[in-house]
Amino acid sequence: MKVTITVNGTKHESDVEPRQLLVQYVRETLGLTGTNIGCDTSSCGACSLHVNGESVKSCTMLAVQADGCDITTIEGLANGDQLHPMQQAFMENHGLQCGYCTPGMVMASISLLKENPNPTEEEVRVGLEGNLCRCTGYHNIVKSVLAAANGNK
Amino acid sequence: MIPAPFDYKRASSAAEAIALVGEYGEDAKFLAGGHSLLPLMKLRLAQPAMLIDIARITDLSYVRDAGDHIAIGALTRHHDVEHSPIVKEHLPLLAYAATHVGDPQVRHRGTIGGSIAHSDSASDLPATTLALGATYVAQGPNGTREIAASDFYVGFLESALAPDEMLTEIRVPKMNGATWGFQKFNRRAQDWAIVGVAAWKRGNESGVGLVNMGSVPILATSVSQAIANGASIADAAQLAAAEAEPQSDLNASAEYRTHLAKVLVRRALDSSSN
Repeated sequence: MKVTITVNGTKHESDVEPRQLLVQYVRETLGLTGTNIGCDTSSCGACSLHVNGESVKSCTMLAVQADGCDITTIEGLANGDQLHPMQQAFMENHGLQCGYCTPGMVMASISLLKENPNPTEEEVRVGLEGNLCRCTGYHNIVKSVLAAANGNK
Repeated sequence: MIPAPFDYKRASSAAEAIALVGEYGEDAKFLAGGHSLLPLMKLRLAQPAMLIDIARITDLSYVRDAGDHIAIGALTRHHDVEHSPIVKEHLPLLAYAATHVGDPQVRHRGTIGGSIAHSDSASDLPATTLALGATYVAQGPNGTREIAASDFYVGFLESALAPDEMLTEIRVPKMNGATWGFQKFNRRAQDWAIVGVAAWKRGNESGVGLVNMGSVPILATSVSQAIANGASIADAAQLAAAEAEPQSDLNASAEYRTHLAKVLVRRALDSSSN
């Protein structure tokens, strides 16, 4: 089926099989491998990206469902060498260990602050309940998100 | 994991979706947010030959004050139910329960109608709308009909919807100041409830819905009957599992679920009497 999907500002016209998952589309069709696949069952959040500005688990969405949508992946955040403020906050606060969950964490965190620009620590923890870090590095992830929120003030 | 092959059509209206499902019959399934259906398809627990995408039927995404009840379009996302000022004001129990569905990413895609039509007794919203005395509106080739929530859930993942009917609206009576409580007992943040309870109380009137206490969502009518007859919350909660048929699984035995139901019903009603 023919779809038109804008990814990180670039419009792509593709012919996709209806069963192709959105995460496969960005990774395999477009070669944007920054979005990771973790559990493949919409539990872990590693594949989180933005569909029309909101965080979504791309392992549980079909590429055909994204037809006409505006997608942002982790590759679309930085402006040249200048990191997105959330990426910068994760770097400065050591919000990652092995890094596997990081793209999903960053995408979910940006969506979280968009909806709640000044969250409490608890609101950050609840807001990231759909993202698992198997290094259990949650403390610094939460610190990073709070730092990014403070930077927004 | 990738679903087995299927064909895909997108409907732009309820009438078009119903005509399409009539054309393809039992092999077709409606696709809304896909957060119940796609995981089943990836596990090959469902293998529809045709998916009819109804997510773009934008006129089925709304929350309206309809006087004595709130009307919610079936394609309203959990995120929008959770943040709706109308739902928060008139159905605070439903607004709160909606925040417990999955996680923020899931709530950005999943819909209230999808959750109810999927009829999973382990989901939060079927039992919550059941407790609140909701009525569901279904549209089929011959028009619409209303189905009481108490008549809707007929078996495991099975609803009273005919194969060519589509759930279009959820009508929930206003809570009119009733106090309420929602209890969800689970092991990890975003898990389904091992047992969950949605309850409201206004004087001697009450409604108690149980999550994951049988193959269908359960209305704990014995508890409400006891409260109507003047029983204390603690005594009424002892009857929590009277209508339930809990299963044993990896997470909990049927006996433990029965124990949990009694405790959680008491807590939900206690917080609802504040």
